[in-house]
Amino acid sequence: MSSQPPHALEHGAVPWLLTGALATAGPHAEHLPLWLSLLVASSLLWRAWLWQQRRPLPPRWSLALLVAVGVAGIAWQFHSLFGKDAGVAMLVLFMALKPMETRHRRDALVIVMLGYFLLLTHYFYSQSIPTGLWLLIAMTLLTGALISLHGGGAQPIMTIARQAALLLLQALPFMFILYLLFPRVTGPLWGLPEDARASLSGLSGEMSPGSISHLIQSGAIAFRSRFAGETPEKADLYWRGPVFDSYDGVTWRTATPPARLPRPAPVIEASGTAYAYTSILEAHNQRWLLALDVATSLPPEGSLAPTFEVLAREPLRVRTRMSFVSAVDYHANRIEAPAILQQALALPARINPRTRALASSWQSLPAEKIAAAALSMFRQEDFHYTLRPPLLGADAVDEFLFVTRRGFCEHYASAFVFLMRAAGVPARVVAGYQGGEVNPVDGYLTVRQSDAHAWSEIWLAGKGWVRIDPTAAVAPSRIEQGIVAALPEGEPLPSIVRLDATWLRQLRNRWEAANNSWNQWVLGYNPQRQRELLSWAGLSDPDWQSMTASLAILCSLALLIITWWTLPRRRRADPAQRAWQRYCAQLARRGVGRATWEGPLAFAQRVARERPDLAALTSEAAGCYAQLRYGRNGSENLLERLQQCVRRLPPQRP
Amino acid sequence: MPPMLPMTRPSPVTRILAAANAVILGKSSQTRLALCCLLAKGHLLIEDLPGVGKTTLAHTLARVLGFQFSRIQFTSDMLPADIIGVSIFDRESGNFQFLPGPVFSQVLLADEINRATPKTQSALLEAMEEGQVTTEGETRPLPEPFFVIATQNPSTQIGTFPLPESQLDRFLLRIELGYPDHDAERALLESGGRRKQLPTLASCLDPGEFAAMQQEVAAVYSSPALLDYLQALVEATRQDARLVHGLSPRAALSLLAAARAWAFSDGRQMVLPEDVQAVLPAVARHRLRLVSGSYAGSEDIAALIRSLPLP
Repeated sequence: MSSQPPHALEHGAVPWLLTGALATAGPHAEHLPLWLSLLVASSLLWRAWLWQQRRPLPPRWSLALLVAVGVAGIAWQFHSLFGKDAGVAMLVLFMALKPMETRHRRDALVIVMLGYFLLLTHYFYSQSIPTGLWLLIAMTLLTGALISLHGGGAQPIMTIARQAALLLLQALPFMFILYLLFPRVTGPLWGLPEDARASLSGLSGEMSPGSISHLIQSGAIAFRSRFAGETPEKADLYWRGPVFDSYDGVTWRTATPPARLPRPAPVIEASGTAYAYTSILEAHNQRWLLALDVATSLPPEGSLAPTFEVLAREPLRVRTRMSFVSAVDYHANRIEAPAILQQALALPARINPRTRALASSWQSLPAEKIAAAALSMFRQEDFHYTLRPPLLGADAVDEFLFVTRRGFCEHYASAFVFLMRAAGVPARVVAGYQGGEVNPVDGYLTVRQSDAHAWSEIWLAGKGWVRIDPTAAVAPSRIEQGIVAALPEGEPLPSIVRLDATWLRQLRNRWEAANNSWNQWVLGYNPQRQRELLSWAGLSDPDWQSMTASLAILCSLALLIITWWTLPRRRRADPAQRAWQRYCAQLARRGVGRATWEGPLAFAQRVARERPDLAALTSEAAGCYAQLRYGRNGSENLLERLQQCVRRLPPQRP
Repeated sequence: MPPMLPMTRPSPVTRILAAANAVILGKSSQTRLALCCLLAKGHLLIEDLPGVGKTTLAHTLARVLGFQFSRIQFTSDMLPADIIGVSIFDRESGNFQFLPGPVFSQVLLADEINRATPKTQSALLEAMEEGQVTTEGETRPLPEPFFVIATQNPSTQIGTFPLPESQLDRFLLRIELGYPDHDAERALLESGGRRKQLPTLASCLDPGEFAAMQQEVAAVYSSPALLDYLQALVEATRQDARLVHGLSPRAALSLLAAARAWAFSDGRQMVLPEDVQAVLPAVARHRLRLVSGSYAGSEDIAALIRSLPLP
């Protein structure tokens, strides 16, 4: 038996293949090395040119050479041929080179299948709405290539595109069912280890001059919160991040308490309104959960640190939704552990002598007066709030307080805490976010990296830890109106924060609200939500058998509906036809069956001959039906009469 | 019980058929088909043995409808000029003068058309198609309306030139008369032939009434469902392996026109599948040739109809 010659590749299918390949491989250019992207682009262009000129494909040895070069390049770049990035690079390389040796339909099918697979890999890098939309388009193109490969190549582009879109539309119900019911895995399926180490913007575990003013230049969203009841005053919106109580003269860090010491549980005495809210925290690879200062009720994943920030068990590697309750009027740790107070007074030796001198002149005053004195210094002297402070030397606090007097929140917080400690008042730096902007579209308070802030806390006997924000003394508008109002024009703020045009601002709000819904409802559909949905649907605590069964049932149902929908129209009999067929079936039971090809009036005439007792009724039914189906205007009235004829048939004689 | 359908009693049609059936006995369905053919503005081909009343039918229809009638007996030595007419030199005026031939009449009975040579046949068929005659560079219109009723002996008979398919296609309907039944033949024998009645037969139509009827026929409604059925029939002939080829689009148009006329003759304003089925043999049999070489028989047409279910 001789093997059949393979199907030749249809000329008209090549543009579909190449466009599909380009759409699928193209977005990977964002994270692939430039040389590979150039190789891919030139290969596809070359193939398109060969197609246009109807030239023969290059010889096999040249392709083998290209593959060898590409694979060697990937191995050199990624030090491996496997793993996420190298694997994707290999697939992209094959996707670009395969069209070069595609002479038969079989090869083309390989490209399409490879394309479908390559589509999935985009989700390693992005799961945003634009990615999803783009992949839909790419999938339509690949499906169009599939259609054009099977004899559709000569059809106009729009016809093929419509067909492909229709096919995908039919797949939509299945996608929906599988999405809802397929067992979910915690975290993203492709949560490969290196993803977790990827650099993400956010507060870091230490603070030095410039670290926050650097962060502020990002317009990225840190988290969104929606308050169940009223939203607190803007001046009360302090979102607590890491607490720094150790200073080395340049950098503030979180002191690691000696493990042997007992760590007292924090004691919070809250009064006033309890604000309940739900936050959607972007991944930042740290443990703190940025609750409103101070949290009184925590999500199950969180715990309150001795320094009152909420900490998760694991660094936050995926976007997470959590519910908190916070109070803004509170007393925290009226009785504090001596070790913590001792740490809150520690200063590096021998630096900033002028500051120490100033502080020692206040030492006789009570603690509250000391703080007030420092704040009034900030307020009265010529201090400036700016994102571009001059560089500071070894005695940073001295230089800042007495020479430059220009700084950002971290300068003020740092100098204030230094002053307090030097004057004998326990103090520490708190980093976090301050403020936020309510998105009128969905009512979420959006907090960006540009809202990052640092303030300070002092411990007063009988009052506990009290927040003091020296920035508020220098630039009150920073706290009351936000960063944009506080900084003069020309400061390097991200443009997304400084949007003046109303329509642009609205556009941004809408886009962010849409993203938020997408993140919550599509990407945030986790095992817990799946359980909630299933129990709402009456399947509480389903095991895998009932999940599989419901999957199968729903898929079959969808298949049935689609099949019914796509059946030829004439199968779906109109009511007149149904009534007439019922009538004829009734007559057939009474011994006069209508031949399949017999028209209504001819049938009525035959009935009149064979069963004169049914003649009049049949003639009426046939007349109504003929008029309904073949007449110029059938009316409801006629249909009713026809249906009555069926009912008026005399009972069957035994 | 009131009538179900808007029955506009077509008194003209009834009158014509009654008058014609009084002359041609026992052939009411053929008479009706013949009338429908004229109502649908088509030419009629009657095929049967000599002496079964073909000429009488044609002549009767012409008289009943009040049309001017002429007849040509086709023979094998006939020339086109014998049909169209000739120009004769008039010695007095010194000009050629055209003497119109028998084709210049409203109803032309072309008797035994298959006895003439193909050349003469085609001269007539061209006149049928175009409604005008061109001789010696001058085009002369034929009268309005212009119908050809041709009769043909079964082509198996000796001395005939069978009409080619392309020319058969120009006849809207082809009917067969067949022998009369027992009673009709007895009545015929008793009365001593019907032809002598013809001269006394008066038209039962007012002038212009026939044209109005033709307009009404063209306006008979054919619903999408009916067109579906008609197309299915036509497509079935094209897919039937026993047939050399199926019905042409022109044949489909003819089928619809004839079915309209049939519905009209039944007093209806809409076409039903029954109408299509009734005229299908007359429309299709001379257009469909079996692989075996003969034309489709009435059994083949009936099988075709039975193969297509009606909802």
